[in-house]
Amino acid sequence: MTEKEQMRVRRIKHGTVIDHITAGQALNVLRILGISGTTRAVVTVAMNVPSGVLGLKDIVKVEDRELEEEEVDRISLIAPNATINIIRDFGVVEKYRVDLPDRLEGVVKCGNPNCISNTNEPVTSKFAVNKKPVELRCIYCDHVISEGIAEHLI
Amino acid sequence: MMPNHIISMRDFSRDEIDAILDRVKQFEPIARGKSSDLLSGKLLATLFYEPSTRTRLSFETAMKRLGGEVIDLGAIEASSVAKGETLADTIRVISSYADAIVLRHPREGAARMAAEYSRVPIINAGDGAGHHPTQTLLDLYTIMRESNLSGLKIAIVGDLKYGRTVHSLAYALSLYHADMTLISPKQLEMPDTIKKDLKKQGAIITETSSIEDIIGYVDVLYVTRIQKERFPDPAEYQKVAGSYRITEGLLKYARDSLIIMHPLPRVDEIDPAVDRTKFARYFEQSFYGVPVRMALLAMAMGAA
Repeated sequence: MTEKEQMRVRRIKHGTVIDHITAGQALNVLRILGISGTTRAVVTVAMNVPSGVLGLKDIVKVEDRELEEEEVDRISLIAPNATINIIRDFGVVEKYRVDLPDRLEGVVKCGNPNCISNTNEPVTSKFAVNKKPVELRCIYCDHVISEGIAEHLI
Repeated sequence: MMPNHIISMRDFSRDEIDAILDRVKQFEPIARGKSSDLLSGKLLATLFYEPSTRTRLSFETAMKRLGGEVIDLGAIEASSVAKGETLADTIRVISSYADAIVLRHPREGAARMAAEYSRVPIINAGDGAGHHPTQTLLDLYTIMRESNLSGLKIAIVGDLKYGRTVHSLAYALSLYHADMTLISPKQLEMPDTIKKDLKKQGAIITETSSIEDIIGYVDVLYVTRIQKERFPDPAEYQKVAGSYRITEGLLKYARDSLIIMHPLPRVDEIDPAVDRTKFARYFEQSFYGVPVRMALLAMAMGAA
C-alpha cells in the first residue's frame, strides 16, 4: 500500500488490523466481531481497495481490541487470505495469516434442517473442514456447506 | 477403551470392511439354526424411533441365536420419549443397562450424537435419510457371496435421491472402484455432491434412464423402491414406477451370472415372476442380514 493510500485508513495506536479480506466480506467480518451500528469502538472499514495480490480487498481496523482465536477461525472461513496485525503503540507486534482449522465446533450452523445438531439435543455443531476449495462437512449428517458460508455462521 | 461404534461406512477403510466380511461366513451356520452361546450373558437394547420390521427382527434374531438377550424401548408413545426426554438422556440411561444399543432415529446424525453420550457401542440402524451401515455391509456380503466384489459392474435402480441405503452402498462400492451405472427418473437422481464424492474415491459413474441399455453389461442389478410420496401427481408416479419395473422379459438379455438384489420391502418394482428365475437373490440378501449382524454384534461386544 502506498503512503497516500495509508492516509485514507488512519494508523491506529492499539488494536487489530485485519488486512487482505476478500473484497465484499468486510461487513461480514464486522458481524463476526459483533460490531453493529451501535458500537462505541473506533472502527475503520475500507472496501474494494486495490491490492496487488487479490486485485481488490477489504480492510477492517478495530481500535483497542485484540481478536480471540475463535473470532479468527470464523474470519478465516469467509476471508481465507486475511492477515491479522496486532498493533501496540503504533507498531505491529504480531502479524499472521488466518489459518482454517481442520475442525470447527460451535461456529457454523448445519444447513440440513433435519440434522440432529438443529434440535433441542445437547449437541454442538461440528464440521470437518476442507481447505481448497473451502467446504465444511457436518460430522453428524454429512451435509456439505460450500457456498454462502457467512449465512451459516452462528 | 473406546467402544466399537458402528455409525457410518465413512468410518471404515476398505481393509476394515474386508475384515468384517471375512468374519461373517463363520456365523452363517448359526444363523441357520446351529446353537451358539457366544453372547450368552450379554444384553442388547433396541431403540427404534421409527418403524422397522426386518432390521429390528434380524438384530433380535442375531442376538438371540448367539445366546444373548434383547430389551426394547417399546412403543415410543408409551416411553419417556413421549414425555419430551432428549435422545442424549435416553442413551445415557440405556447405556448403563445394556452391553450395546441398536438405534434407528428419524434425524440425520442421531447415531453419531448418541455415540458421544453412550458408554457402550452404538450400532446405527438408520438415521433419517443418512446412514444405514449394517444394510450396506449385508449388501456387500451378498455381492461377495453371490457375485464378486472385485471388478464389479453394478447398476443401481430407483430412488437415488432419498434412498438412504443407496448412498451408503455407493460410497462403500467406490472403495472397491466399482463400475456403477445409476438409473433413476429425473426427479430422483443422485445428488451431485454425492456423485462428486464417489468419483473422488475412484468409482466409475455412468448415468442412464434405461435398464434395457445395460442389462447385458452388469453383474449386479440393485433395485430400490420408488416411493409414491415423492410424487405430487399419482399418474406421474404410475408412469415412472412402471418404466423401472423388472420383468422376466427384460431379463432375456441379461448375463447368465447376473444377480438381482433389493433391500426390501418391495412394492411392485420386481415382478413376482422374477422370484423364480436364477437371477433373484433378494431373499438370500435378506437372510445374510442375520450373519452380518451377528458378526457386528460380536465385534461390538468384544466377542470376535
